[in-house]
Amino acid sequence: MNFDLRLPIGLMFSLFGTVLSVYGLMSDAALNKKSLGLNINLDWGLVLLGFGGTMLFFALRARGRHGSNPPPAK
Amino acid sequence: MPHSLTLAGIDYAILVIYFGFVLGIGWALKRYVKGSTDFFLSGRTIPVWVTGLAFLSANLGAQEVIGMAASGAKYGIMTSHFYWVGAIPAMVFLAIFMMPFYYGSKARSVPEYLKLRFDEKTRGFNAMSFAVMTVFSSGISLHALAQLMETLIGWNYNYCIVVSATIVLVYILLGGLTSAIYNEVLQFFMIVLGFAPLVFLALKDVGGWSVLKTKLIPVATAQNFAPGTWSQSWTHMSSALENPMGVSWFGMVFGLGFVMSFGYWCTDFLVVQRAMAANSMSAARRTPLIAAIPKMLFPALVILPGMIAIAIYSAGDHFLPLVDAADPSKGINYNMTMPALLARYYPAGLLGLGFTALMASFMSGMAGNVTAFNTVWTYDIYQSYISPNRPDSHYLRMGKFATLFGIAVSVGCAYLAAQFNNIMDMLQLVFAFVNAPLFATFLLGMFWRRATGHGAFWGLLGGTAAAAVFHGLASSAGNAPSIVKGGWIAQRFLFHSEMGQNFWMAIVAWTACFCLTIGISLATAQNKSDAELTGLVYSLTPKPKSENEPWYKQPVTVGILVLLATIVLNLLFW
Repeated sequence: MNFDLRLPIGLMFSLFGTVLSVYGLMSDAALNKKSLGLNINLDWGLVLLGFGGTMLFFALRARGRHGSNPPPAK
Repeated sequence: MPHSLTLAGIDYAILVIYFGFVLGIGWALKRYVKGSTDFFLSGRTIPVWVTGLAFLSANLGAQEVIGMAASGAKYGIMTSHFYWVGAIPAMVFLAIFMMPFYYGSKARSVPEYLKLRFDEKTRGFNAMSFAVMTVFSSGISLHALAQLMETLIGWNYNYCIVVSATIVLVYILLGGLTSAIYNEVLQFFMIVLGFAPLVFLALKDVGGWSVLKTKLIPVATAQNFAPGTWSQSWTHMSSALENPMGVSWFGMVFGLGFVMSFGYWCTDFLVVQRAMAANSMSAARRTPLIAAIPKMLFPALVILPGMIAIAIYSAGDHFLPLVDAADPSKGINYNMTMPALLARYYPAGLLGLGFTALMASFMSGMAGNVTAFNTVWTYDIYQSYISPNRPDSHYLRMGKFATLFGIAVSVGCAYLAAQFNNIMDMLQLVFAFVNAPLFATFLLGMFWRRATGHGAFWGLLGGTAAAAVFHGLASSAGNAPSIVKGGWIAQRFLFHSEMGQNFWMAIVAWTACFCLTIGISLATAQNKSDAELTGLVYSLTPKPKSENEPWYKQPVTVGILVLLATIVLNLLFW
């Protein structure tokens, strides 16, 4: 089946990561009272971005390697 | 009703993005569904890391996230037995010993395996009870979700039911089992990445693991248990009186570890179906093993937060809600442990992620049940008894109709659960009667060629009856005898807890089924020839060869490593 699940996973978590880190950068420090003073939105947003990016990297690399001809099914 | 969570715009944005991806995956998979095997079995084309994570995620329903955090608070680290004694050994056993027969027999479902191995009546019994069980479980999941959303955010119960049921319906209709499996993987990452920062923040707040252990001492002593009861998993198990679960090591190891866990992980089509969708025998066998690795670490994600919550609570910070605000003597509403932690530590933004993860856990449980239901219904009931010998396209249409029908019945069950709490307890009890003996049937079927169709069928019925009779004779401390709680025939056995009662009921049912099946099999003639049993019974099946594979692709090697790691975990937290 020519459907690589890493692509939607990568896209979704990159998107979540971006949204959270931008929100974390823009929001004021009072928001972080709950999270023990940590800017958890920014920190975790970057983690998600890293995870999403890794997934995307592998998905796109596999796609680039096989181009429009997927490998024959085993 | 007090609302304990307030969602901001950004939280809703995350929720909407997530459901956009869920539906998008269904849409993208639509063009691959051409025949009934694509719809029900994913055409056996799914890569192994995907089936592995889906195997884990299909079981990662509401019970796991909400229930395990609740048990972590209520019983402490002993809850980890559900993983390190229960799930992991059963998953390894499934991978090494049972998967070759499920995958190799080309059966399309667990009931169909029973037909090939035993006879039609054994299959019919299993298919019917399983079909009823799955729609009710999915209904209970749906009800729990809507009820939680109503309590937490004040959403309308009816809207919650309709919207969640519709989302699950749409993505299963579009892409069938593949869509359910792919979404389960998405849900897996959502749940892990949505709750991981919660564990981090809570652990940081309480002061780390060693401080947590000290803070759990008053939790135990206040209930008259030894100081280490909440942070030592095995030390306090020599008798049922020493621990809050009210079980001894024997009842736990044999009842939970052997009968209940092996029964669930090795015979429940809901999970086995994920492994059957793998693209090769080797991949099918590695599916439960790949699932076992993250499963081993799940106690840190779901049990640890509950333990931290109760430590903070008992130190005087009463952030966990009570069952009844007007009557504090009824105690803490443990089921709210996870939501209360989310509300306590997550600011807007991350709260959206955590909340979406919570919703995702309910939906993965529901979708797993629905896809198992539509397969068993279409292949094992409809094609076998109602309308055989139709073209494939007919069964594909029936499968889609069964999805619709299954979800409609689930919605009905959700409302039934909302109306009559006892009916649901009652049904879960009946399922327990049916499920407990099942593992004995499979064990004998796969490893003893002499087991016959009559032996299997009457053994199963006898085991189920034995469970019911034992339940009628047993009751547990603090519960008056009743149909649901037990002791409705006479109060012959008294247990320290309901959990102990359930574990022993499983032991009795399993033993009865095991002995009856052997006895009746010896008294009846074998109804299958050796040729028919090849590929279905251990001694008549050539062993799968995997010598040419690297070590990490050999099920036996990986299985042994997984078991060793589990032993280490048990010893670390002994």
